[in-house]
Amino acid sequence: MSTTSKVSPIPGVLSREALARRAAQEVRAGMYVNLGIGIPTLVANEIPADKHVVLQSENGILGMGPFPFEGEERADLINAGKQTVTLVPGASVFSSDASFAMIRGGHVDLTILGAMEVSEKGDLANWMIPGKMVKGMGGAMDLVAGSPYVVVVMQHCAPDGSPKVLKNCTLPLTGKKVVKKVITDRAVLEVRDEGLFVLEIIPGMTFEELEACTEAHLKKSPTGIKELRP
Amino acid sequence: MKDRTKLVESALDAIADIRDDAVLMVGGFGLCGIPEHLIEALRVKGVKGLTCISNNAGVDDFGLGRLLKTGQVRKMVSSYVGENKTFERLFLDGSLEVELVPQGTLAERIRAGGAGIPAFYTPTGVGTLVAEGKETKIFDGREYVLERALKADFALVKARRADSLGNLQYDFTAMNFNPAMATAANITLAEVEEIVAIGEMHPATIHTPGIYVQRVVCGGTYEKRIEQRTVRARASAGGSQ
Repeated sequence: MSTTSKVSPIPGVLSREALARRAAQEVRAGMYVNLGIGIPTLVANEIPADKHVVLQSENGILGMGPFPFEGEERADLINAGKQTVTLVPGASVFSSDASFAMIRGGHVDLTILGAMEVSEKGDLANWMIPGKMVKGMGGAMDLVAGSPYVVVVMQHCAPDGSPKVLKNCTLPLTGKKVVKKVITDRAVLEVRDEGLFVLEIIPGMTFEELEACTEAHLKKSPTGIKELRP
Repeated sequence: MKDRTKLVESALDAIADIRDDAVLMVGGFGLCGIPEHLIEALRVKGVKGLTCISNNAGVDDFGLGRLLKTGQVRKMVSSYVGENKTFERLFLDGSLEVELVPQGTLAERIRAGGAGIPAFYTPTGVGTLVAEGKETKIFDGREYVLERALKADFALVKARRADSLGNLQYDFTAMNFNPAMATAANITLAEVEEIVAIGEMHPATIHTPGIYVQRVVCGGTYEKRIEQRTVRARASAGGSQ
């Protein structure tokens, strides 16, 4: 990439909260859902109260609730991000091996997580940058291998303007052909056998402008491209 | 049953036969449900060259981080080791060996170790660095990677309560890796917050049956440090802002 390709702030790109709000539209009533760390965690705040959804946390919770009130936090009740949480009525707790049997067995309907890179074939890279300190993959590899519906939430480009939606990932993979939908601050993309299809673009941005900041080959949805309105 | 008790006096008594170069499983997720007194006893005893199979590596001054600081750990087998400067320094200068394992694969390798399953096929990590050098096989059109079971000389687990037969109950998410680890070691040491009489726990509520546990120590007071204290604001009680 030449230095002149540095992108000035794009008008209309989604905030973190708006991105979380759009991702929440993927959550349907009755689903069991695992939310990753970062923007995916914010998705919980954007699910309407009347939509019954059960949140799973891979350290052993089905039925995770909001953060506790001050003074009511307990060291023995945390989520996978090691934050103090609560349980909703009807919740259950279980061991790590049981939790991942649940995940690997495909029982958790939806996984929403962040990405460093995603490819047009649905490959995901989000755990390691060679040459930097490696912290580990945690449960991400199991979640993307086991979940029938994997949604990635991410910025469309890196801070220097370089694309993160690629033909092939350059970083070590978390999973191969695992991502079904990519929600960025500029567009909603769907991975199909025939390629990467654009379903929605933010108002004011054209397909060609989206192509210009994307390395992957984009296809127009045969049913038309909608405006991305979270 | 009195002479058959598994209760020992202290954490130091419990770890008395752990020697240099031992392979240990250490329960906990982050700092939640870690055997803090048994870890402290290992620090006091000063055994070295330890291999620790544990989901995380503690923080700089608590949990397994304490044993990293004193240079007692040679190798960690973990899924996530962030938030620990000591770990980072030891790893980058080459004095600590690290095997990173996906969390679910780690849990299942331990479970398999305790259940007499030497290896298993899993979809986790197929097509990634994790699968390199391992056998793969297609079942019903999907590729899986062969992972080996894990066993240890000792498992150090933390439970909420125990009886003198070694039956254990855990609390909330302090359960995590503890029950699987309790099954996968030659000798399992359990530390607990309270000892109850035999028969006091309802049989259907026992998480780890006593057959898996060789020694029990009551840890007394627990620090139970919280890594990320997250709370929400209370709505104001008076109704006025």
